[in-house]
Amino acid sequence: MCSYIVEKAALTGSAKGRGWMKIDTAHVYYDHPFHAPLDHALGIDFINAANGGRERVAIEISADSARELVRAILSALESGEQEHAAAAAAQTACAAEASVG
Amino acid sequence: MSYRAIEGETISFRGHDGFQSEAYFSRPLKAGRVPGVVVIHHMPGWDEWTTEVVRKFAHHGYAAMAPNLFVRFGPGEPDDVAARARPAGGAYDAEVMGDVAACIAHLRVLPDANGKIGVIGFCSGGRHTFLAACTVPGIDAAVDCWGGRVIVDDPKDFSPQRAVAPIVHIAKLACPLLGIFGNDDKNPNPDQVNRTEQELKRHGKTFEFHRYDGAGHSFFDHGRPAYRPEQCADAWQKVFAFFGKHLAASSQSAAA
Repeated sequence: MCSYIVEKAALTGSAKGRGWMKIDTAHVYYDHPFHAPLDHALGIDFINAANGGRERVAIEISADSARELVRAILSALESGEQEHAAAAAAQTACAAEASVG
Repeated sequence: MSYRAIEGETISFRGHDGFQSEAYFSRPLKAGRVPGVVVIHHMPGWDEWTTEVVRKFAHHGYAAMAPNLFVRFGPGEPDDVAARARPAGGAYDAEVMGDVAACIAHLRVLPDANGKIGVIGFCSGGRHTFLAACTVPGIDAAVDCWGGRVIVDDPKDFSPQRAVAPIVHIAKLACPLLGIFGNDDKNPNPDQVNRTEQELKRHGKTFEFHRYDGAGHSFFDHGRPAYRPEQCADAWQKVFAFFGKHLAASSQSAAA
């Protein structure tokens, strides 16, 4: 159905479409897609609202794909943060050893 | 009667409140005097499918015009403009009705106009069509294709852009109305379609409603899984029969 329901997420980062751009907002919705051959799709528009929001990097994916993407994002964050935390701890321990030695 | 020789282009026109607007326009060449049809696009915007519908009407002997209802959200590709319109809540009903009225005025003065005007809309454009048929003068026949929220059951569906349910204007409906619906649709659902029909009967309006089993929302759209070829083909025949009956040069508006 045609709806105007949009979830907004504040972001810090960049996105690449025709070129890299700073982004600060994601508009997330579930409705008729423009391009994907689906009846309904999860759409995300990454924009820089502070800069007028005229350019966007967009995706339209199926509901199952969206859930898989959410799972992958959370999994990547969890394993990535663990990895970086371990590396940071090792670096701190190394620095402490060096200062003692 | 079909016309293979047609023209199609984007044209400028003054829309609601004189706003410099644009529309996709197509008409048959060498067809003599023809009726005009305003095509109202759906929420995904002024897309390629909408231009296909406009050319389909030209092929069948109509001068057709689809205004870009999101023109006030700035320039750009239709999908990017629709992406700006969505979080802003879309176009205001008053803007859409003003743009439709301006399209009617444009079509009516074309050199080959026969003086009859139809309006057709899809999805949110179906709702706009119902509203136009009740509130915009000069419409001789209207086709609502699965317009949702003609009847509003959830108050959350009201917004500044769409502050009123079109059904409240039903007493003012001044032209014959054709409704095309899929029985698997959830917006409008079959109960809402039935209640709209009951109101049309209660007010003594001229209308035809056609409901299709095995079809849901947007079953004309050949680019989506919702496409139902048999139901779509039958419904297009109903549309052209309806406009053929009510928009021929000699037909009279059947205002109730």
